[in-house]
Amino acid sequence: MKPDQLRYDLKIIASWIKPGSKVLGLGCGKGDLLLWLKKEKNVMERGIEIEESKVVKCIEKGISILQGDINEEIEDYPDNTFDYAICSQTLQQVYEPSNLIHSMMRVAKMGVVSFPNFAHIKVRMQLALTGRAPVTKELPYSWHDTPNIRVLGLNDFENFSNQVGFKILKRAAINTKNNHRHGKMVNFMPNLFATYGIFLIGKE
Amino acid sequence: MSEYIDQGRTGESVGIVEKQFFTFAEPPDRLKLESGSSIGPLTIAYETCGTLNKDKSNAILVLHALSGDSHMAGYYDPNDSKPGWWDIMVGPGKGIDTDKYFVICSNIIGSCAGSTGPASINPETKKEYGTDLPLITIGDMVETQKALIDYLEVKSLLSVIGGSVGGMQALEWSVRYPDMVRSTIPLATTTRHSALAIAFNEVARQAIMADPNWNDGHYYSDKKPDMGLAIARMIGHITYLSDESMRKKFGRKLQNRSALSFEFGAEFQVESYLQYQGKKFIERFDANSFLYITKAADYFDLARQYGSGSLVKAFLNCKSKFLIVSYTSDWLYPTYQSKEMVKAMKKNNLDVSFCEIDAQWGHDAFLLPSDRLDNLIKGFLRSIPYET
Repeated sequence: MKPDQLRYDLKIIASWIKPGSKVLGLGCGKGDLLLWLKKEKNVMERGIEIEESKVVKCIEKGISILQGDINEEIEDYPDNTFDYAICSQTLQQVYEPSNLIHSMMRVAKMGVVSFPNFAHIKVRMQLALTGRAPVTKELPYSWHDTPNIRVLGLNDFENFSNQVGFKILKRAAINTKNNHRHGKMVNFMPNLFATYGIFLIGKE
Repeated sequence: MSEYIDQGRTGESVGIVEKQFFTFAEPPDRLKLESGSSIGPLTIAYETCGTLNKDKSNAILVLHALSGDSHMAGYYDPNDSKPGWWDIMVGPGKGIDTDKYFVICSNIIGSCAGSTGPASINPETKKEYGTDLPLITIGDMVETQKALIDYLEVKSLLSVIGGSVGGMQALEWSVRYPDMVRSTIPLATTTRHSALAIAFNEVARQAIMADPNWNDGHYYSDKKPDMGLAIARMIGHITYLSDESMRKKFGRKLQNRSALSFEFGAEFQVESYLQYQGKKFIERFDANSFLYITKAADYFDLARQYGSGSLVKAFLNCKSKFLIVSYTSDWLYPTYQSKEMVKAMKKNNLDVSFCEIDAQWGHDAFLLPSDRLDNLIKGFLRSIPYET
């Protein structure tokens, strides 16, 4: 896969990963990011994904992956096995996010967390104007069938870092378009105008 | 498991193959067995498909299960009604692609399809070994396979692949010869039998040993314990299926009748199926071999043998990459047993992939045609470098 075929948010994550490092992808889906990192940055990749069909896609690509629940599977790795644990667009679906972050910080030196921004202006306007639970391109489910049980805004994550005890080393607030292939950084009032937040986190 | 599942001639076949033989541990040599006994000479029946490349780096060893043999793919004769037991997986362009790999499969010792087993002639007595053959372990099977691989002058195996008891051999290979195994694919298997699995094996063995014809295993010049072996096979078949697959396949349907006949014949379809499987099996399998191989499977315990009880320790020196596959409806070797090995491998920082395939066919699922398994194995093998 060429870098320009990678989703915009994944491109940003990829740019943060040092070549030759060890990377754990939590909820890594069909493995686009891990495959790119393996090929272009020579990383040693490991993935965890719960859906059988996606696991099969990863193995077909030659990615090392375990089928299972990220909260359970992450437990067996010895401390500091990885340089990075990446949790891309999955945190909002995790029942106990603080436990997962603790585990990430245990098995890896650094973590990458990204999620759709629930404080985006469209979300706010929908709730304010229609009085109904917001449904957006980034969070496309209705209240009753959404897997996204832990919706949060960028500022929430900043607060969360103080409570849980990790350091934010880098942050990127972005807006994506064209099926997420392209996008741009949002520097002006990111908590209001960014559709996604990406954070590089480290131990305190 | 039930090899020789009827399968169509889909896809290209490797064509005509030939059973070959390799004999070693000839006097004065003998092979020392794990039990402390020794045996010699030993003959191994084997077959190969594909071509060994110049630096001998494309060899794959396929390991058969309880009732299998060296005939993994292709036909002995153009008029054969069925190809080898894994013809759906091994062949040109198939999951294990014989255009790319040199694929070897040998009959396990203790079996009855060409390799030394209880039905072989003991050179000392000039009679069949019967139960005078020492007990054989999975480790012993691997030891004889190692002798064959050395004889074929292959230094490193690109992969060792097997399901069920074949998966145990694959795991044993990865631990016993860590420098020779670049990748391992254990399918629907375990690092040790559960009490449930041992229990079924024991009932099956008792059925054979209770057959009046068994005669302590020395029956070769007389009537064979066919009834005992047939019952043993029927028990096996129950464990290879699942509640769901039996419900879908048979339910409570009656065989060749519309009403209950109030007699003890095979009335339900499931009864008739099991009896048929039993009958078919006695034509091609030796009862003593069934005893030896099930015992070897029951004894198999990687943690005990290599890790003083710790599975994590057992994989300590392992270098292989792994692809582990389990099936949702396999109640003989349920997924939790595969997960145990995954866990131990992770703790050793081994490169392991794991997939649980959703299938209703129970333990037997790994032998049924499945694009999913084909693609998994194909993709995984592609990621194993040729260079040694």
